[in-house]
Amino acid sequence: MRGVSFHVQRGECLAIVGESGCGKSVTAYTLMRLIPIPPGRIKKGSIRFEGAELTHLSDRQMERYRGSEIGIIFQDPMTSLNPVTKVGAQIAEVLVKQRKATRRSAFDRAVDMLRLVGIPDPERRANQYPHEFSGGMKQRAMIGIALACSPKLLIADEPTTSLDVTIQAQIIDLMKGLQKKIDTAIILITHDLGVVASLADRVLVMYAGRIVESGGLDDIFYQPHHPYTWGLLASVPKLDSSKCTPLVSIQGTPPDLFKPPLGCAFAPRCEYAMRICHEECPPEFPVGSDHSAACWLEHPMAQGSGQEPEASNA
Amino acid sequence: MNKGAEHLVEVRNLRKHFHLGRNNVLKAVDDISFSIGKGSTLGLVGESGCGKTTAGRVIVRLYEPTDGIVLFDGRDISRMGGRDLRELRKRSQMIFQNPYTSLNPRMTVGDVVSEGIDIHGLYRGSERTDRIYELLGLVGLNKEHASRFPHEFSGGQRQRIGIARALAVEPEFIVCDEPISALDVSIQSQVINLLIGLQDRFNLAYLFISHDLKMVKHVSEQVAVMYLGGIVEIASSNELYQHPAHPYTRGLLSAAVSPDPKAERGKERSILQGEVPSPINPPDCCRFEKRCPAVQPICREVRPDLKPIADGHMVACHLV
Repeated sequence: MRGVSFHVQRGECLAIVGESGCGKSVTAYTLMRLIPIPPGRIKKGSIRFEGAELTHLSDRQMERYRGSEIGIIFQDPMTSLNPVTKVGAQIAEVLVKQRKATRRSAFDRAVDMLRLVGIPDPERRANQYPHEFSGGMKQRAMIGIALACSPKLLIADEPTTSLDVTIQAQIIDLMKGLQKKIDTAIILITHDLGVVASLADRVLVMYAGRIVESGGLDDIFYQPHHPYTWGLLASVPKLDSSKCTPLVSIQGTPPDLFKPPLGCAFAPRCEYAMRICHEECPPEFPVGSDHSAACWLEHPMAQGSGQEPEASNA
Repeated sequence: MNKGAEHLVEVRNLRKHFHLGRNNVLKAVDDISFSIGKGSTLGLVGESGCGKTTAGRVIVRLYEPTDGIVLFDGRDISRMGGRDLRELRKRSQMIFQNPYTSLNPRMTVGDVVSEGIDIHGLYRGSERTDRIYELLGLVGLNKEHASRFPHEFSGGQRQRIGIARALAVEPEFIVCDEPISALDVSIQSQVINLLIGLQDRFNLAYLFISHDLKMVKHVSEQVAVMYLGGIVEIASSNELYQHPAHPYTRGLLSAAVSPDPKAERGKERSILQGEVPSPINPPDCCRFEKRCPAVQPICREVRPDLKPIADGHMVACHLV
């Protein structure tokens, strides 16, 4: 992760998109201070949550935020629940710890949470172990844990990636409904542009540890400015595409972050790369209201080239 | 010599059951039939646990079928042995889902690719080396890669190695078992373009197993939808996506999210409730009865057969 800045407003859903290894999850874990130190460290910068500086807190102070003010849903529901603890007890644990609830009332609340996330027969289910739950149900239970203390911010790290299509649709619907009901801000981390299109209000596109483009949902999907965003959007096949026309693909593979490139990290894969792209890292250029792209094509001296080649994404 | 010359692979009433003890039977594949022509692609879609992978494995005879037959070029594969079986192994190949676990970490890429060549004695000496380089070139790698080990490659590159291994023995038919689901979006399209390009060049037939409806549509001429071990709908890919008839197919298509915010906002989604039931001791009625939004009493009693409703379009539903 190299110089990432963004903000999330109350009740808003911000999506972070990018390929694996681009730093999406690291961004989220850093917010929660879940990155082990060493090898990770926050070299500089700040994380402010409702004005409070999270980077200066001690581990114990940070505990107050985790689970209570900021909830997190991990990518893999199969491995992120404790296999030897009953599901109801796992939800209640957060409440006992953060809200000093009694076991009895915490358990009742856990049953309510299971009901809220759409698990049938919650009284019985709360007394079962994770292995008795299917993948979709485990993910629902995870969401229940994350939301048990009604956090103001929910971080969802690839919440639907390991789920089947029909279950994915159920979870997306659930998250949409819950966001309205309890007015939580969501940071949604995913590589699935379909999920982004159906949930997000604003989008950050990340590549090799940097934000390459950020903007409102429609700006990103209908007026993308960065060549990487063009490539991402075009590489998804349309339902009316035919086998004879090859899919648009981005050539090459993402760079090795052990030795990050000197200039723009995307330059080696970019069709429009100019000399400066290989030499100097582009700053963020504003391209609309609340929409910016980190690409030299947006520089006034590169006039006319900052347009999308064909209007195929509309 | 081959009566079914236009069909390279023909599957008739194929079943694969696993006995779990205590009279529990897991019916992974339960009475499926389809055929794949030379040089064409059949897409097999369905959710996890519906039996798609098992079906693919039976077809290349990694599993023995419980019942039913698989004809390869007109011949029953479960009766093959010795030389015939070796011939089958050369003509049908498989690309696996997970490029991280399907390559032997102790073999160099050259060894991985040439293993099939050596077993079948296709090339020797310098011809063999040239062939390895040619195969790596075909899948977009180069000769320096031959002496490296799989861990040095990214997921997309490993999947290319898997494809080169499958191509090494000059097959006519390849089972692609979720070849792209472990890859990143921008890499997925590279691999798909590669697979389609190779198909045109070598007249390959594919069984393309995936849960990604859009990719299946893109690569396949025909698509079969599987649910709980059985095919519930099969049609040409345009027909299936334009006129889906089975409630499950409709649910699947409606559940798929598209990268188009305006369409997503306006979309009336009919979300399928519930989850895929267990394939252990399934009831003898309609497979989809538990989740079907339009279920009728008859669905709980009689299992519907696949009935044709249009040219080449078959549906297993009482209500169509």
